[in-house]
Amino acid sequence: MMHSLLIEGIGVQNWTYILVGITFTIYIGIAIWSRAGSTKEFYVAGGGVSPLANGMATAADWMSAASFISMAGIISFNGYDGAVYLMGWTGGYVLLALLLAPYLRKFGKFTVPDFIGDRYYSNTARLVGVICALIVSFTYVAGQMRGVGLVFSRFLEVDINTGVIIGMIIVLFYAVLGGMKGITYTQVAQYCVLIFAFMVPAIFISIQMTGNPIPQLGFGSELADGSGTYLLDKLDGLSADLGFTEYTEGSKSMIDVFAITLALMVGTAGLPHVIVRFFTVKRVKDARKSAGIALLLIVILYTTAPAVAVFARTNMIETVSNKSYASMPEWFKKWETTGLITFTDKNGDGLIQYVANEDNNELVVDNDIMVLANPEIAKLPDWVIALVAAGALAAALSTAAGLLLVISSSVSHDLIKKIINPKISEKGELIAARLAAVVAVCVAGYFGINPPGFVAATVALAFGLAAASFFPAIILGVFYKKMNKEGAISGMVIGILSMLFYMTKFKFGWFGGGTKADWWFGISPEGFGTVAMILNFVVSIVIMKFTPEPPIGVQEIVENIRIPSGAGEATH
Amino acid sequence: MTTNNAKAYWKENIRYVLILLCVWFTVSFGAGILFKDALNEFKIGGFKLGFWFAQQGSMYVFVILIFVYVRLMNKLDKKYGYDA
Repeated sequence: MMHSLLIEGIGVQNWTYILVGITFTIYIGIAIWSRAGSTKEFYVAGGGVSPLANGMATAADWMSAASFISMAGIISFNGYDGAVYLMGWTGGYVLLALLLAPYLRKFGKFTVPDFIGDRYYSNTARLVGVICALIVSFTYVAGQMRGVGLVFSRFLEVDINTGVIIGMIIVLFYAVLGGMKGITYTQVAQYCVLIFAFMVPAIFISIQMTGNPIPQLGFGSELADGSGTYLLDKLDGLSADLGFTEYTEGSKSMIDVFAITLALMVGTAGLPHVIVRFFTVKRVKDARKSAGIALLLIVILYTTAPAVAVFARTNMIETVSNKSYASMPEWFKKWETTGLITFTDKNGDGLIQYVANEDNNELVVDNDIMVLANPEIAKLPDWVIALVAAGALAAALSTAAGLLLVISSSVSHDLIKKIINPKISEKGELIAARLAAVVAVCVAGYFGINPPGFVAATVALAFGLAAASFFPAIILGVFYKKMNKEGAISGMVIGILSMLFYMTKFKFGWFGGGTKADWWFGISPEGFGTVAMILNFVVSIVIMKFTPEPPIGVQEIVENIRIPSGAGEATH
Repeated sequence: MTTNNAKAYWKENIRYVLILLCVWFTVSFGAGILFKDALNEFKIGGFKLGFWFAQQGSMYVFVILIFVYVRLMNKLDKKYGYDA
């Protein structure tokens, strides 16, 4: 041990223990310092969060294990098509800032189902809202726990289940103790950790490959080897040689790219754990501003990801293609043991054939390892590799915490306080909220340890559901004074059901199943949220025409939320 | 008076939102998707232009759009006396 310490420094694993240990201590310290004493602090952090802090917290809340770990990998393997995630997951913030956040803040409630229930003067609408919020949040949180487990198992070499349990305990500690207040300030810290962890290796590799320290420019630059070739041209060439589509071209149909992008944008704007963040600021103008800050902070990572994707893809092809299996570096072997890289020497020549043709291809690389393995592939120092592990954990934990809060407030506030037992005391509600968070963590942990086969499929379902349900209901609630409960409820129900039908039909083979050739208008299940959303709008408006107008009082509320001044504090 | 004031404010707000959403649609769905192939004929540095809009440019414009909106609305709030 001493011997290897002297030669190799302190090593990746020890670095990981140190960095993960330090960051976890900070999160727990913040949670203790900012624990919640009232339901108001628990649900909306007391309503006095500054736009900058809220922007950072929103960015960390939003950027999940999927953004940090998976996205660059997906882009890496899909080239141009990866743009659906880039545009889809950022463009939604424009909708959020222009169409939702200021008005919901003015409305001044704790949760999204709260808005739906009050605006549409109906507990049925509220219940539909609660159910949607729970489905969306649970599918999401399971994916986060999975991400935590993945990082722990690879970098700390503990069992993946132990990893999930450690993650559960940490999240439980600060979500249950601190509520929204604790979560907000831990998320501020987590944003700093995750953005630093994502940028450092990207900058290193950009300099290595192109000599340009800014990754966003680097991947459009010439190679540093003096050949005068542009990096992207080289990658297009490499891809074509191996039989893949040119990297900058992509292979999805235009209508599908269009539909998926729109569904993700609208879904983003309709996600309850994102919307609820705008209830925590003081004034309407702060809500607008913090949406801008949040997107700016998100875009730093999102514009770097496609650069990382190009660097990683090029590096990987050059490292493995037609090289002998025996000569593969250490990272290759380590990831092989996790099952995320598999090599089958089909023609027995001892070389790795990595090609598009499935019959001859010998190498399968999982999307999820590109970001995690990237620093190792590029032979960066140990502390950078460890930093990526700490960043991935920050991304997964911050999102998990935000989702757990939505789950617990949906149960304690919307379900118990507003529907089941309106007489519950403030103290009782706070206990219920904490208990609900505990149960939610356990359920999420269970799914993290025993991932149902449909986790990956249901992440797209979560966006589709949000797009098909909340988005039209909120937009119509703000911009269409005459929209009534009959219209909104039938719109949400039809929207969700059509989305569920299409997803289960083409993802799980229910209702007779079907293949790509049977897709309606050539739109994939991921993009169907767009169709379901349009359906929701149409149904809402048609039903409204045949049913009574909303009460005058409700119409006055709508006029009131359109005016920014006098936004009181969030109330019951 | 206050209702008229509120109506005029809302009208101007809607106009801003529509203009900004047109830009939002043009850079992402327009330049990044529908007209990507035509734009790919042009290059800036190593980027084909359509590809650049899809994976970089549209996102920069999104950020600018929100900050433009913040500025416009802060001015509008003042104009109508809603900045209290």
